[in-house]
Amino acid sequence: MAENIVLTEAVYYILLSLKEPVHGYGIMQNVAQLTNNRVNLAAGTLYGALTALLEKGWISALPEADQSRRKEYQITDSGQAAVQKELERLRELLRNGEGIYGDD
Amino acid sequence: METIKPKLRKYRLFFVWQHEEEEQWLNEMSAQGYQLVKVGFCSYLFEQGSPNEYIYRLELLDQLPSHPDSLAYLRFLEETGIEHIGSMLRWVYYRKKADQGAFDLYSDIDSKIRHFNRMRGMLLLVSIVNVPLFISNLSGDMPVFNIVFLLIFVLFLTGVLKISGKIRKLEKEKRLRE
Repeated sequence: MAENIVLTEAVYYILLSLKEPVHGYGIMQNVAQLTNNRVNLAAGTLYGALTALLEKGWISALPEADQSRRKEYQITDSGQAAVQKELERLRELLRNGEGIYGDD
Repeated sequence: METIKPKLRKYRLFFVWQHEEEEQWLNEMSAQGYQLVKVGFCSYLFEQGSPNEYIYRLELLDQLPSHPDSLAYLRFLEETGIEHIGSMLRWVYYRKKADQGAFDLYSDIDSKIRHFNRMRGMLLLVSIVNVPLFISNLSGDMPVFNIVFLLIFVLFLTGVLKISGKIRKLEKEKRLRE
């Protein structure tokens, strides 16, 4: 596990949104709400990220009950592990930044 | 009873590398109350509606709109309020009600670069297809075709260079931010 992965902001917030099953539009709304509208995921970018996350196995698509319902996604165990690693990295970023420029 | 809305047909030629200008034109038409409802080859059908009712965006898909991957994508977009109003091969036209907020297809540099790369690949293909055509026709007795092949080659290669310039600019930006 020497691999050092830095998540993109989009991927990070998508993973945060998927602790419970959510559909695509729900992710967009959730991310906007979490960030006070600072991060507005565009549909094309979101779809590309979801496709990549599914391939990587960090999220899974829930089986569709019927065709008319929106597809829902949820985080997997390996996705949760990736979030934990990212949180550790973010804490380090914050610690270092505040240690050096925090008093300014 | 629904009243019949006046329609307006316009003919315009935009090349793939002018898609930002095309988008801008469609949004200017929307500002004047003309809402695009149908597209054909160089032809645009507008319906009179309220000014700025819709925002328009264009995209080059990986596959034709009828492909299962594209259908899944278009359905996903639809769930977010994006309407697919027409297409020219892999080139698709979308709109979204302006009162639902800003409408962009991409919100990070990476996805913009991927889209430009797709466009560049397509233009490059159209461009180089003309090379064997040109060569095989060199000994022919219809030199006028060779002029056509050469012109198409140069035109689309110019498009490739234009898109490459846009990609370079985004990549420079990406060294500093997402």
